[in-house]
Amino acid sequence: MNLYDLLTNISTWAVPCIIFSAIFYAYLRGIKVFEMFVEGAQEGFAMSVRLIPFLVGMIVAIGLFRDSGALEILGNALAPLLRTVGIPLEVLPLAIMRPVSGSSALAIATEIMRSNGPDSLLGRMAATMQGSTDTTLFVLAVYFGAVGIKKTRHALTVGLFADTVGILVAIFISRLVFSS
Amino acid sequence: MVNLLWAGMILVAIIVAGLNGRSSLITQSIFSSAEQAVVIALGLISIMAFWLGMMKIIEKSGFIHVIIFFLKPLARWLFPGVPAESKAMNAMLMNMSTNFLGMGNAATPFGIKAMEEMQKMNTRPETATDDMCTFLAINTAGLTLIPTTVVALRAATGAQNPTDIIGTTFIASLSATVAAILLDRFFRLYNHHKKNERR
Repeated sequence: MNLYDLLTNISTWAVPCIIFSAIFYAYLRGIKVFEMFVEGAQEGFAMSVRLIPFLVGMIVAIGLFRDSGALEILGNALAPLLRTVGIPLEVLPLAIMRPVSGSSALAIATEIMRSNGPDSLLGRMAATMQGSTDTTLFVLAVYFGAVGIKKTRHALTVGLFADTVGILVAIFISRLVFSS
Repeated sequence: MVNLLWAGMILVAIIVAGLNGRSSLITQSIFSSAEQAVVIALGLISIMAFWLGMMKIIEKSGFIHVIIFFLKPLARWLFPGVPAESKAMNAMLMNMSTNFLGMGNAATPFGIKAMEEMQKMNTRPETATDDMCTFLAINTAGLTLIPTTVVALRAATGAQNPTDIIGTTFIASLSATVAAILLDRFFRLYNHHKKNERR
C-alpha cells in the first residue's frame, strides 16, 4: 500500500471510525447515549439560524462584486504585475476568489481543470491552490457571527496573509513538482 | 477592515454595474445571493444537530481525551488564555483534529461551540479576544491532510491519479498555517507591548 492509498483510506474511514468509537466507548462506560445525543442535537437549530444575517450580508456583497464585472476588471488590472511575479493569468481569478468564496473558488478550480486537463500543470496547480487554505471571509463570518463579535481586530489581516502565503506556495511547489 | 471590504465590494460593484450597463442585474443578484445564504444556513441545521449530538456523547463519556492526547501540548501553547480542561479547549481540539482529516463539515459545529465557550469568558462581548483571533487564524489557514472535495473533483474531471496533489496541498496549507501563527503571535506581542506602554 503506498502513501496515497493510505491517505485516501484515512479520509474515507475517519468519520465512521470516530462515530463508532465514540458511541461504543460511551455505551461501555454506561452513558445513556441516545438521551445524550438528543440533548446535544437540540442546540443545532438555534446555532444555524443565528448565522443567517452574517451569511446574507457577506454572500450578497460577493455576488454583487462578481456579477457586476468588477472582479473581472480587478483581474485585468493586476495582470501585468502578476506576470512579473510568475503567477499564470489563468489561475488569477482563483487566487482572488479563494479567500472570499469557497464554492465560487471551487467552481473556478473545476473550470481550470476541465479546460486545461486535470493532469496539466495548470490543472494540478489549481487543485493545490484550492486546498492550500480555507475561505477566510466565510470562516470569519461563521465563527464571529455565531457569537456576535463585531470588532474582529487583527483576525482578517492574519487570515488574508495566510491565504497569500498558501496560494503563492501552492503555485511555486506545483511548478517545482509537476512541470516536467 | 471587514466594514471597509464589505462596503467597498458593494459600492464598487454598483458603480461598475452601472458603467457596464448591467444595473438591471443588481436587484436580481441581491435576491439570488440572499436566498442562497439562507439555504446554506438552513442546510447546516441537519449536520449541526447530528454533530452536536455526537459531541455531547463524546463530551460526557470522556472519549475526547483519547482523541486529542497528541494535540494538547501544541494547543496549550497556542491558547494561553483558555484553561486546559475547559469545554472551549475540548471543542477547539475536536475542531482542529477533524479539520486536519478533511472533515470540514464536521469541524464547523465544534468551531462554533469553541467560540461560544470562549465568548462566555470574554469581558468585552463585541470584541474578539487574543485566543479567538489565534483560533480563527488556524482555521482560515486550513491545514488539511486530505483535501476531500478537491480530490473528488479531480476524479470527476478525469484525472489519472486524483490524489497526486495531496503532497503539494499539504505543503502549501502547512506553510499557510505557520505563516498565520507567526503573524498572530506578532500581533499578540505588539498589542501587549502597546498596552504596557499606555500604563
